[in-house]
Parts: sequence; C-alpha cells; structure tokens
Amino acid sequence: MSTTTISGKNLIESKLSQSKAIYRHEILAGEPWIRELRKGQYFRIVDLHGNQAVDTLFYNAHDYSDRYSAQDTIQQQRNIYLTAGTKLISTAGTLLLTIVADTCGRHDTLGGACANESNMVRYALEKRHMHACRSSFLKAITEWDHGMSKRDITSNINFFMNVPVTSEGKLTFEDGISDPGKYVEMRAEIDVLVLISNCPQLNNPCNAYNPTPVEVLIWDSAL
Amino acid sequence: MPPTLLHTKTLTHAGLWSAVVSRGKTLRLTDLEGGANVGVLLYNADLTVERYNMPDTLKAQHIARLTTGFVLYSDMGRILLSVIADTVGWHDPLGGTSNVHLVEKKYGPSTYQESRNDYPKNGRDSFLIELGKWGLGPRDLVANINLFSRVDVSEDGSMTFVPGNSKAGDSVELRAEMNVLAILNTCQHPLDPSPKYEPRPVQVAIRQVPVPATDDPCRISRPENGRGFTLTERYFL
Repeated sequence: MSTTTISGKNLIESKLSQSKAIYRHEILAGEPWIRELRKGQYFRIVDLHGNQAVDTLFYNAHDYSDRYSAQDTIQQQRNIYLTAGTKLISTAGTLLLTIVADTCGRHDTLGGACANESNMVRYALEKRHMHACRSSFLKAITEWDHGMSKRDITSNINFFMNVPVTSEGKLTFEDGISDPGKYVEMRAEIDVLVLISNCPQLNNPCNAYNPTPVEVLIWDSAL
Repeated sequence: MPPTLLHTKTLTHAGLWSAVVSRGKTLRLTDLEGGANVGVLLYNADLTVERYNMPDTLKAQHIARLTTGFVLYSDMGRILLSVIADTVGWHDPLGGTSNVHLVEKKYGPSTYQESRNDYPKNGRDSFLIELGKWGLGPRDLVANINLFSRVDVSEDGSMTFVPGNSKAGDSVELRAEMNVLAILNTCQHPLDPSPKYEPRPVQVAIRQVPVPATDDPCRISRPENGRGFTLTERYFL
C-alpha cells in the first residue's frame, strides 16, 4: 500500500490485484446496477474515462429500511467529503462499509441524484425528457422486485464528483477532480445491497458534459 | 390582508410535535431563550411519498445554509416551504440529527424511570415517534433541517458547530406552498458540544398569510425558484 498527497488529501492505493477479482462489470453511462455484497467483500468502482459521477446508495441487505445516510456519515466524521478512512453510516447508526482505498481524493454526498423534476427546476421546464439517475434507480428497484419504492431512494453518494461548500454557506458544482483510471474501494462491514446509477447528466460539469462507462469489481477478501 | 394568527403553542421537553400546515399558512418559530435547535422533517401531507429533499434544495439554490428568500424543495421539483422572514440569518441543512448512542455518550445514561419527563431524548427516536403517528417510519427518515443552528464548513470539508447562532426572541417564518406535514422536535443539535442536556423552549405559531405575489421575494430570488413555484402551482390546477 503506497500513499501520496495531492491537494492536501491522502491518496491510498489498493493492494488488491484485478486478476483476483471474482466479479467485473462495466456499467455504461445512464445504466443502473444492483447487487448484494457479503460482509468482508471488497468493492471497487473505477472511473474508466475520468470525471464521471457514480450515484450510489447502500442498504443493509437484511433490512432495506436501514440504509446509507449522508447526514449521519458526515456528522460522525465531522467532514462533508468522503475519502479513504470514511465510515459509511446508516440511518440506524450501522456501519455499512469503510472506504479503504481512494486514488481520487474526495467524493460528494450533498449533491444528490438528478431527477426529471430537479432538472426542470435547475435548468428548464423543457428538460423533463432527459434521462436522470432517479429514473435509473426506480427502474432498478422495480426489477429487483423486493418491495422497494421511491421511499427507499434517499440521499446518495456521488463518487468522483466535486461539490465544494464555502465558508459563506454556498455550494458549487466544480469540474471533476477525477481522471481516467482513478478508483475508490470499500470493504463491506455487513451484508449490503448496492444500487448504482452511472449518471447520465448532460446539463452540468459533473460528467464533463460527456457521460462515460465505469467498472465495478468485487473481491472475496483482501488476500 | 395582514397575517392572521390562528394558533400558538410552546414546545418544551424536546418538543415532539407534528401537524399539517396547509397551503397559504405559515409556521412561525420563535427561539424564546436563545440557543434553540428545531429538527424538521417535511412531507406532502396529501401524498407523503413526496418529501423534503436536502440535495435538491441545496443544489437548486447553490446553498449550504437557509435564510430569507430560500425555499425548501420536495423530491418532485415542488416547493414545500418558503422562508419568508428570518432574524437569525443561518439555519443548518447539513448536520442531521442525534441518535440514542450519541445522546447517551454526551449526557450520560438516563431513563424515564429515573428522570421522568426530563430524560434525555434523541432526535432520531423523536422523529420516528411522530412519524409513526402518521403511518410513516424508518423508510421515511430522510435528511432533516436544523432551524436556529449553524454549522460552518471549512475548505478541507470539516464541519464546526457555531454556538450562540440564535438569540432570545429570534424567529423564522416558513410559508407552506403545499399542504405540508411538518415533524418537529427541539432536541439539541448533534454537533452542539455542550455537555448539558437542555433543549430550549420554542414557540410555534400558525398564521394565515396572503397568497404569494408575482414578485414574491422567494419566487424571484433566482430563476430556479421561479420554476419551482410554477411546478408547484401546476400541481394545484
């Protein structure tokens, strides 16, 4: 494991070899992905082409009402940015996953996921037809067929997205700080369900105006 | 038409409270002694699967604080509440709420058996109790706001609670643009470093106010909010 410092952040590389992964899958831009991780498994998301927002939700696999909480996570670490060492906390205070490696430096959890309706507010009433993350989430949980509904689509993580907050209380969407091949890796601390939308947003710089594929990998253990 | 006062109530003992504030009425909250915190969750009372959305509220207005002129968005692009008056200047949308573990660590273990109604309550359980009265539960526990509290974020992302943000007599008035189910408690802010359990009293007033004009300050504060008002009005056609 090697570490370097860029823009004040500890960048931590993984020691896991891609050849040992038990699962690899490329998620095209605009597609959802849903899968369970068992406790102890390692989960990596690779930003294949750079500056791609990966909207992600996590659930306790045995109780979907216990799910990732942006506010509990940032409150517990007293920092709004997610990076290596961040513990992803649920609404019930459960430790879901720990970020163990990160070559990007920080990830957003305040910007939320785009929706047809939020695009109408943010950009123009005529933008309703544009594909959006929350549509992908709804499609994925319907096909998953375990009784989930919009009630289960809550504040998510945006891996590789850069949403700084200023000391005056302003929130801005900045160009990404990610590059091709950057990745973030987590260890599942309990059995979790992962729900991803590889963001199709074309109206702001979160995907550099060009949504691209990302890869997900799973390892059974760190060995 | 001047505002008409319809109802007042003082919240004490962590102030678990919930009510439907219908379109065109306001919820006016007053910090009676200073240093209050009011945790708030919001839903469309007519269809509670539509609820307050923190990220949509922040990113539509490029804000990480709330004050006059800003609005609170639902996940459906509609405006639940508009902040029409505020003497505080900064309310926290980021810090979330406390839970039983945090409260026990901060204030020590206590029970109802021992302390009766002064036992330390926590925000999460308080929200769940009031949500339960409306048929809602853990699946509906989304990001909340904390009125009267301020959390600063520094360049490296670290969050700092600012003591003394709200003074005795400070108030904030929120106008319902939909029929809003409001779930409140006055548990202390989760990042408040005070080791003493002392939720402050808060007065709640419900007032009838005029329909927002075409040049309403919240509507014209930015183009996004103009579109938010349009989408909200379309819902009530």
